Amino acid sequence: MIHTIAFYLFAVMTVASGAITILARNPVHSVLWLILAFFNAAGLMVLVGAEFIAMLLVIVYVGAVAVLFLFVVMMLDIDFAELRAGFIRNFPLGILVALVLLAEIVMGVGAWQVGALKLGTPDGTGAAPVGASNIEAIGALLYGRYLFLFEAAGLILLVAMVGAIVLTHRRRGGVRGQNIARQNARRPEEATINTRPEVGKGVNL
Amino acid sequence: MIGIEHYVVVSSILFVLGVLGIFLNRKNVIVILMAIELILLAVNINLVAFSAFLQDLTGQVFAMFVLTVAAGEAAVGLAILVIYFRGRGTIAVDSVNRMKG
Repeated sequence: MIHTIAFYLFAVMTVASGAITILARNPVHSVLWLILAFFNAAGLMVLVGAEFIAMLLVIVYVGAVAVLFLFVVMMLDIDFAELRAGFIRNFPLGILVALVLLAEIVMGVGAWQVGALKLGTPDGTGAAPVGASNIEAIGALLYGRYLFLFEAAGLILLVAMVGAIVLTHRRRGGVRGQNIARQNARRPEEATINTRPEVGKGVNL
Repeated sequence: MIGIEHYVVVSSILFVLGVLGIFLNRKNVIVILMAIELILLAVNINLVAFSAFLQDLTGQVFAMFVLTVAAGEAAVGLAILVIYFRGRGTIAVDSVNRMKG
C-alpha cells in the first residue's frame, strides 16, 4: 500500500516538474523544477532498490549539473522574453512530434505485453550475489567485469573537463603574466646588481 | 500493485516531455540542454527499472555510464554556450548556422 502511494507521489511529481521545466518562462525556474524532477526520479529509483544510482543522481545532477546550469543562467545577461518569441509558432509541430513519439512508445510496450521477443536467456553474470547490498554488488561488477568501461567513463569526464576549460579560457590583453622561457634564459650579466661604491669613486656601468 | 509497466509509462512520458521541450524552446539553448537532461533521466529510469525487473545489475551500471556522459555533455554544452554568448551577446540558436566561419 505504502509502495503504491509512494510510487504515484514520485511519478506524478516527476512528470509534473518535468512538464513545468520545459514550459516555465524563466530559465532559473526551469532549473529549479529540473532539480525537483531529479529528486523525485531518485525516489522512484530508491523504490526499486537501486539506492546507489539514486544517491548518484542526487549528488551528480543536483550537486553538479543543476548548479552548473544555474550558474550559467545567472551569469549570462539574456533577454529571455525575446527567446520565447517562437513558442506559439512551434507549438503545433512540437505537439505533433510528441504525439507520434508517444504513440510509438505505447505501441512498442503493447507489443511487448502480448509476448516479448525471445532474444536469448540471461547468463546470470550480472545477477546480484545473495545477501550483498546494492552498493556492494554494483562495486563488485564495476571493478570487475566493467573495469575498462569504468576507466573509459573516467576518461570521458577528463576530456569533458579539459574541453570545457580550453573552450572558456580567455587570454586577456594588458596583463603581465609569467614568461617562463624568458625567465630561464636570463643570465647574470644582464641582471641588475647591487653594488656598494665607495664615496667619490663612482660605479662602472 | 506497481509493476514494470508503471515505470515504463513514467519514463516514456518524461522522454516525450523532453523531446517536446526541444521543439517548443527552439531558440533558447539553455532550455534545450535541460530537455536533453530530461531525456537522459527518462533513459536512466528505464534502465534502473528493467535492472530491478530482470534481477540484473548491469542496467544500473549502465545507468551510471549514462550519468557520466550526461555530466560531460552538460559541461561541454554550457562551455560552448558561454563562448557563443561572449562572441555574439545572445544565445538565440536559430542563427547558429553562422558559426561555420
